[in-house]
Amino acid sequence: MIPASFDYQRAASAEEAVSMLREHGEEAKLLAGGHSLLPLMKLRLATPSVVIDVGRIRELSYLRDGGDQVSIGALTRHRDVETSELLQREVPILAHVAGLVGDPQVRHRGTIGGSLAHGDPASDLPAVVLALGGTLVVQGPGGRRDIPATEFFQGFLETALAPEEMLVEIRVPKARGGWSYQKFNRRAIDWAIVGVAAVRNGTTGVALVNMGPVPLRASAVEQALAGGASAADAAALAAEGTDPSADLNASVEYRQHLARVLVRRALEEAGA
Amino acid sequence: MTVTGVPADGRIGTPLLRKEDPPLLTGEARFVEDLVVPGALHAAVLRSPHANARIRSLDISGALASPGVVAAFTGADLREEWAQPLPCAWPVTADIKIPEHLPLAVEHVSYGGDAVAVVVGESREAAVDALDAVVVDYEPLPAVVDLQEALTDRVVVHESLGSNRCYTWSLIPDPAAVDSAFAEAAHVVKERYVQQRLIPNAMETRGVCVVPQPFGGDYTIYSATQIPHILKVMLGIVTGIPEQKLRVVAPWVGGGFGSKLNVYAEEALCLALARRLKRPVRWTEERIENAQATIQGRGMIQEIELAADRDGRVRAVRVNLLADMGAYLQLVTPGIPLLGAFLYHGVYDIPAYAFTCTGVFTTKTATDADRGAGRPEATYAIEPAMDALAHQLGLDPAEVRRRNFIATEKFPYSSAAGLVFDSGDYGPALDQALELAAYEATRKEQQDRRNAGANKRIGIGLSCYVEMCGLAPSRVLASLNYSAGGWEAATVRLMATGKVQVVTGSTPHGQGHETCWSQIVADRLGVDPDDVDVVSGDTALSPAGMDTYGSRSLSVGGVAVWQATEKVIAKARAIAAHQMEASEEDLELVGGSFQVKGTPSRSMAIQAVAFEAFTAHNLPDGMEPGLEAQVTYDPPNFTFPFGTHVAVVEVDSETGDVDLVRYVAVDDCGNQVNPMIVEGQVHGGVVQGIAQALYEEAVYDQDGNLRTSTLTDYLVPSAAEVPSFTLGHTVTPSPTNPMGVKGVGEAGTIASTPAVMNAVLDALAPLGVTALDMPASPQRVWEAVERAKKAAEGEER
Repeated sequence: MIPASFDYQRAASAEEAVSMLREHGEEAKLLAGGHSLLPLMKLRLATPSVVIDVGRIRELSYLRDGGDQVSIGALTRHRDVETSELLQREVPILAHVAGLVGDPQVRHRGTIGGSLAHGDPASDLPAVVLALGGTLVVQGPGGRRDIPATEFFQGFLETALAPEEMLVEIRVPKARGGWSYQKFNRRAIDWAIVGVAAVRNGTTGVALVNMGPVPLRASAVEQALAGGASAADAAALAAEGTDPSADLNASVEYRQHLARVLVRRALEEAGA
Repeated sequence: MTVTGVPADGRIGTPLLRKEDPPLLTGEARFVEDLVVPGALHAAVLRSPHANARIRSLDISGALASPGVVAAFTGADLREEWAQPLPCAWPVTADIKIPEHLPLAVEHVSYGGDAVAVVVGESREAAVDALDAVVVDYEPLPAVVDLQEALTDRVVVHESLGSNRCYTWSLIPDPAAVDSAFAEAAHVVKERYVQQRLIPNAMETRGVCVVPQPFGGDYTIYSATQIPHILKVMLGIVTGIPEQKLRVVAPWVGGGFGSKLNVYAEEALCLALARRLKRPVRWTEERIENAQATIQGRGMIQEIELAADRDGRVRAVRVNLLADMGAYLQLVTPGIPLLGAFLYHGVYDIPAYAFTCTGVFTTKTATDADRGAGRPEATYAIEPAMDALAHQLGLDPAEVRRRNFIATEKFPYSSAAGLVFDSGDYGPALDQALELAAYEATRKEQQDRRNAGANKRIGIGLSCYVEMCGLAPSRVLASLNYSAGGWEAATVRLMATGKVQVVTGSTPHGQGHETCWSQIVADRLGVDPDDVDVVSGDTALSPAGMDTYGSRSLSVGGVAVWQATEKVIAKARAIAAHQMEASEEDLELVGGSFQVKGTPSRSMAIQAVAFEAFTAHNLPDGMEPGLEAQVTYDPPNFTFPFGTHVAVVEVDSETGDVDLVRYVAVDDCGNQVNPMIVEGQVHGGVVQGIAQALYEEAVYDQDGNLRTSTLTDYLVPSAAEVPSFTLGHTVTPSPTNPMGVKGVGEAGTIASTPAVMNAVLDALAPLGVTALDMPASPQRVWEAVERAKKAAEGEER
């Protein structure tokens, strides 16, 4: 479990990180909490020649009340998201789910931005931000731009981030209505075999964990609900448009079954 | 826990805090990897990615040219280093087939992970990086994964052996009795169970560091091992280095569960490399290597048949096993099924017995001892079979068990399998467990939920178990063709200042020997346990030992400490009597002082006696100076801990999720030296058994690739996955030893797997599910429910 050799650089600001990314291009990887990147490096599945440590950029760790939304610095740790009174009050699903990521060690090191930028379809937070209809703010050499969460996740571990860009902020609308997060796993520390985030905020947003190569919105379910379908009828559509893979924990068929059951339970709990 | 606020004076039976814990908790404890050895080279091992292949060619020149690399060797390069192949110490039958097992394979690899080359570098990183530069040309051959497929010999793992059948071992004392019991049976139960392979996953992976001593050709071998004494003997045999030139040290060792009860390729390799390179050589196992190249546990297909009369009394049990040896025989691989072979009748009075086991080679990692070793398998066969019998008879599982228990008045009980159970009292343990589990109320809730058609179904599982511990009477081992004895040695020494040194051959790797041995000595001598120091794990300091496995430490090694202490007391009494001008019979040892009976003012502290023994100024005529005694204790019989565990699960029939909601363990390990350590052993053991039932499985694909070689894929559960346990105890002292102790290190693992699986099947029985393989993963449970539903629909049509 020894990574291939690499150079280590530490960025003091987002600007510096972006200029380091410019210099090293696709050979570089950003290191935040390290809980996704370092295991891949130790298994030599990732062999970046330069690791740019952004984990100590304090100015990107914050939670701010922005009126009808909450802005979260990309380097805010899961533990701070989990315990934020602002989020617990205004976006309770996000605080709750941050408390389900990995184990306490992971939550004290891992960051919300790291989790989203990694784009793992099995992670909890991408689905929550999708269901909330959040926005991701990225910084590049030319300044900042906003990317809707729905457009951010593009392929397996691929996002809309350009090689020279860094995720700096996540904005989520306040969502004090009904919500539910169904995480189905075998051990508390595991990724979800299937997960479902449901948020009622005017309309009902539903997103799925581990039901395809990217974090997904359950569009068929959302449309059925918008058309007045019952929770049970809408949930029956949960596997539509999904493309889950099979692994040691679950076959494709079982995942699709779980998606239907868990979406129904999520909608019932959220009061949709 | 029962620790806080309980006064613990350290005497036997008190929950003295573990002496081991401060160094472990502060990081002061030093494991092999922590040892600073100036000038040490680092070895890295290249392993086969194929389960079965011929090595066409192997080129190490690229590795030799890599930066920081000092040497690199192939199997052929090192062939002359080995006086003997790696040992199998338990050739269970005269005609057993034993494949040659060299530390580095030469022409053929037989499992994914088989070592083919070693690179030695100035740093670990240099050695690991250079592995990529070794070029191996393999000719892949078909893998042999399935046991029944292996028996067909369509693909033979070791061509020189001609067959994958390693051995067949039988224990059928009276075949006619078995046949007639089945012929006359009113009820016959026939079940088939699969023991999935488990990866023991000690928290510390293996590690070894061999240091050549500057003069005399001696070597010190530091190893993360359970068995420094056996390792010393075996490494001498493998390398041809005279045994007296070897010193093995097991420093702090971070768990083993049996996986470090072995002699491994890397231990021999580092010794041979140190001899060849004349420098210290060390190796630390990576976690993925640990999954592949350290032994695995279980791996059996079990067929068990019960013949019962009209009332559900079992008259015969017949067992057939296929046991997966893996590709090679490690130290005691073939013997593991034999450790359970005598216990397939469980706690029941079954007069006719038949057991047969066939060992089978496959292209997988070798199996060997894994917590419980043979006994969890036996319990997992008889206990689910008893549930199947209860189901067939329409009886409560507790009632069927009660009808079949060996009656308390029958002890000592001669079993049909040939053991003499020294003691037992099974009914009270069952009663207590049922009460702690609120059995009747839970049964009612179960029925209420069934009546309401609830999605979450309750299941209750029982497991009444007995194990044989205290391995082992040496003569019994001889009859099983085991190549060593089962004794244990101890020395108890009072030093000039009255402090006590205990030297034990039993080598801890997490159990708490230091605490318990201190308590035994403190209790007998009446001294403070902090005044007792325990020396272990170094063959130079404790030359005689048989090490730690099979729940043997207390009931063999602890008894040796007790007996050595008694010998010390006898000598001290003679000295005190001489000094006090009293007769020995008039002296009693009270609170650490010899007193004249009836005249407590006339006394002499044990420490003062120790000083007199040290100065030798005034000892009885002819007495040797010094106050110490050495005992080598060979137990006259095994010990037989028992108990009842109850699991209550909630099964989500829609998702297949199993939630363990309550767990009760009532164990009888005889007299307890430290109840806190007993609780800890039960907790850890129970979790490990739950893990087999619900979480863990070493999964191989058809090509023989291990798919669960990381802790992401191999699901070791944590405290978050289990409820708080309810523990109870009964105390039936073992008459086999003077302490009345039995052993508890494996009890939890032995008992818990069937309790949990019986509970899961109990929950699913009304849905028509009658069998379920382990682990009972959500998908497996869901599929079983779906299959049963479809079958029921088919019947309706």
